[in-house]
Amino acid sequence: MGLISVLIFLPLAGAILVALGPREKPGLLRGIAVATSVLTFLFSLQLFTRFVTGEGGFQLVEAHAWIPRLGITYRVGIDGISLFLVLLSTLLSVVAMAASWSDIKVRVKEFMICLLLLETGMIGVFVALDMFLFYVFWEVMLIPMYLLIGIWGNPGRRIYAAVKFFIFTMFGSLLMLVAIIVLYYYHGATSGIYTFDLATWYNLKLPLSMQIWLFLAFGLAFAIKVPMFPFHTWLPDAHTEAPTVGSVLLAAVLLKMGTYGFLRFNLPLFPEATVMFVPLLAGLALVGIIYGALVAMVQADVKRLVAFSSVSHLGFVVLGIFALNVEGMTGAMLQMLNHGFSTGALFLIVGMIYERRHTRLIADFGGLSKVMPVFATFFMIVTLSSIGLPGLNGFVGEFLVLLGAFKADPLWAVVAGLGVILAAVYMLWMFQRVMFGEVDREENRGLKDLNLREGSLLLVMVFFIIQFGVYPKPYIDRIEPTLKLVLKRVEARTTAPRPAAAPIAEKPAAQAALHTSPTQAR
Amino acid sequence: MGIETSTVMVSIIGPEVVLVVAALGIMMTDLFVKKDAEQPFLMWIGVVGILGALAVSTSAWGRGVAYGFYGMVVADNFAAFFTTLFLIAAGLTLLLSSGYVRLQGIAGGEYYTLTLFATTGMALMVQSTDLIMLFLGLEVLSVSFYVLAGMAPDSTRSAESALKYFVLGAFSTGFLLYGIALLYYVCGSTRLADIGNVLARKQLLQEPMLLAGMGLLLTGFGFKIAMAPFHMWAPDVYEGAPTPITAFMSVGVKAAAFAALLRVFAGSLAALDVQWKEILWIGSVLTMTIGNVAALRQENIKRMLAYSSIAHAGYILIGVVAGGAAGTGAVLYYLLVYTLMNIGAFAVVIAIEQKGEKNLAISDYAGIGTRHTALGAAMAVFMFSLAGIPPFSGFMGKFYIFSAAIKAGYIGLTILAVLNSLVSVYYYLRVTVMMFMKEPAAGAEVPAVCFHPAVVAVLLAAIFFTVQMGLFPSSYLQFAQESIKLFL
Repeated sequence: MGLISVLIFLPLAGAILVALGPREKPGLLRGIAVATSVLTFLFSLQLFTRFVTGEGGFQLVEAHAWIPRLGITYRVGIDGISLFLVLLSTLLSVVAMAASWSDIKVRVKEFMICLLLLETGMIGVFVALDMFLFYVFWEVMLIPMYLLIGIWGNPGRRIYAAVKFFIFTMFGSLLMLVAIIVLYYYHGATSGIYTFDLATWYNLKLPLSMQIWLFLAFGLAFAIKVPMFPFHTWLPDAHTEAPTVGSVLLAAVLLKMGTYGFLRFNLPLFPEATVMFVPLLAGLALVGIIYGALVAMVQADVKRLVAFSSVSHLGFVVLGIFALNVEGMTGAMLQMLNHGFSTGALFLIVGMIYERRHTRLIADFGGLSKVMPVFATFFMIVTLSSIGLPGLNGFVGEFLVLLGAFKADPLWAVVAGLGVILAAVYMLWMFQRVMFGEVDREENRGLKDLNLREGSLLLVMVFFIIQFGVYPKPYIDRIEPTLKLVLKRVEARTTAPRPAAAPIAEKPAAQAALHTSPTQAR
Repeated sequence: MGIETSTVMVSIIGPEVVLVVAALGIMMTDLFVKKDAEQPFLMWIGVVGILGALAVSTSAWGRGVAYGFYGMVVADNFAAFFTTLFLIAAGLTLLLSSGYVRLQGIAGGEYYTLTLFATTGMALMVQSTDLIMLFLGLEVLSVSFYVLAGMAPDSTRSAESALKYFVLGAFSTGFLLYGIALLYYVCGSTRLADIGNVLARKQLLQEPMLLAGMGLLLTGFGFKIAMAPFHMWAPDVYEGAPTPITAFMSVGVKAAAFAALLRVFAGSLAALDVQWKEILWIGSVLTMTIGNVAALRQENIKRMLAYSSIAHAGYILIGVVAGGAAGTGAVLYYLLVYTLMNIGAFAVVIAIEQKGEKNLAISDYAGIGTRHTALGAAMAVFMFSLAGIPPFSGFMGKFYIFSAAIKAGYIGLTILAVLNSLVSVYYYLRVTVMMFMKEPAAGAEVPAVCFHPAVVAVLLAAIFFTVQMGLFPSSYLQFAQESIKLFL
């Protein structure tokens, strides 16, 4: 069994072990679950060491026949796009387990099983190179997340949120399933090879009319998952009602599956349609950036505020992808990881404060920095990272996205830049109202500062926040070759008949010298 | 025609013979045992009979095609596949029944006997090569179920169910017979092979009586598979019948009717496929949509599963419409996975149901997943599988059906089907919501659950296969493909 299979099946084995364990000893079950996820994380570090930098294609590929009659293979592997997303999943799974220690007190056994199954699903989605396998993981992941929100969420609207999450996601994925099958038969009919292998599909030359429909079917599934502007309504509900751990994983990993899907499937499989839909998707991304920020500004509930800020941040990611140049896409990739750490940390922070006060309304707080100085420090760093302060992670990603957007269309950069300013407004204003001023509520006076476990959790997140901000080169080096490959696939088939798109084609080479981004450090 | 018509060849109907012997054995034994102690013992006779029949039917697999009773019945892979499916369904039903029959005070001897007779009817139906024989099989099956549906004592619903099923069933049988008569009038034979040969010459295809006969046959089969607009009986009958019988009807009768539908339409009436595919296309969309939309509003779990069963008939019809190796194979595979997951779901219902039809409202399920996690998890598996979510077998079944439809060019139909399965997600999720995310209303208790060992065994088997057939479908797909060679 190869390394990637170990990563997929280890959490599954852990889940089975927990399922067999004694219900009366929640401590033991937690122990097993945490040990499994830590072990998975340690194994996943090997991905980083064994990954060949500079290589854009798939690496560490494993393939086993699964349903040979239909050309379905168990095929997994990683490239620059998925490498860090897998690492993010394994790391945040450990964080999530540790964060649930004091949060989840009831039905610990089922909770741990769900978390471990979710981890299997998350890793699987990012490493699957067979479309059928991908779809299976994509759907499998819904079940544990649905249960996490529905069982351990906030009493009140958790069931509504869980069902809404499930049905929204399912709607998109079912149409994607139809599109996958159509592609499968098209590929079989034109080449005689009936297979679900993604790498083989990359060579498909689809007629434009077909590309448009398939792009829309895939795109809808991913747009819902991201979520992009008109499809975002499930997100605030799911985030607000989910338990802390659910929100952390939802924000940090699950949303990335949408943007990952665009990069992995829509761009290389439907290049002409991609170029055609750039105005639509970039437009929606811009609407999402501004709309998310404006709505975040007026939220009374901290968690809802962070949820809407996700809509805005993910807008940046989509904008970067559809800038269709290396800068924008690299920025989008980095922003995916950054958002994982920043927003993940923000949800952890909201969870910690909720555990103490059982409220998340901004109005119920004020002056907390005096009562909880350590907490305030972490909160400040994470807030600044989310805003995109230079030196912290958010800056690198946002800067590259803006750069890429500017190259594609200066207007995009102007509008998106407005989003950055708005982000500063809603985050800092929220921070000010919660942390500064007088302690005007009696209940807030006796709040305990962070304990060791909470402190070390946030320390891990802050470590990466700073590390990404100061020295993103190791990440960019590994991501860029794959992105260039994706771009090449898009351009190879869109430049020749479309002179209008020619400037984009020159970019990778011509502009490598131009930009001042950290990529130049090489 | 190389049919050997001069011999009887009892071995061709081996499974039926074993089943009838076992059924008669139960009837005789019932006379001599005490009424209190009788039932588990009688059930075991039935189980032994089914195991024997299984041995016979599986041994017929791969033996090629053999005819018996002067060409009235046939033993081929298609029949062996379906007979095995019916026997599995019947065996699981018997295991589900033993505790239930005692709890509800149903007369065991008659109950088990009729269950085996019904299975015999199903097996005869898929083996018949003559419309008259097919009709006989259908009647053996139907009459047994008319009685079985009404067997719950002191239950007006059960009586209503039996009467409704009988009246409407008799009516639909009339249609079927009339259709057979018209086909005979046009083709001059009731033999399926002869009809196929006559129609293959294409001279009679425009004959109005032929089209009328086809339509009437379709009505008769449509009634049995609960195809809209002939589905009206299903919810009432399924709700009122004893729960294990509901489970058996929802999978067994449906599978038998689909098998006969395939033999008659995909086999003999293949020349008319443009006509009947159009009808079934519309029927499939109507059936899925009506089933799913109506299921959304149901408060009673059996009624909900009845509408869900109607919806699944709609999905299976897509496979029939798609046709070819992929479509027909998908129908067989889907029926197999549907049998196991649906019986599993009913096993959970039976574990929770109390005497006098109590605890059948979906709201009664509140808190069961919290109190009895294993049972709740089992129900969740069946619900997710019915909703078509991987990695469970229901997904694989739908995937196979949808890909067959897309292959045959029915993309619009497939999109309607996936939208339908989205609707279905809502009501399947509702059961899991109730079990895991809600607490019983104030003052109400979480219902006691009866873990009869036989029911637990059925649950374990159903879960195992629901997961296993979803993850490793290859060998089952292979069986399905081997079984449909006669249509290709």
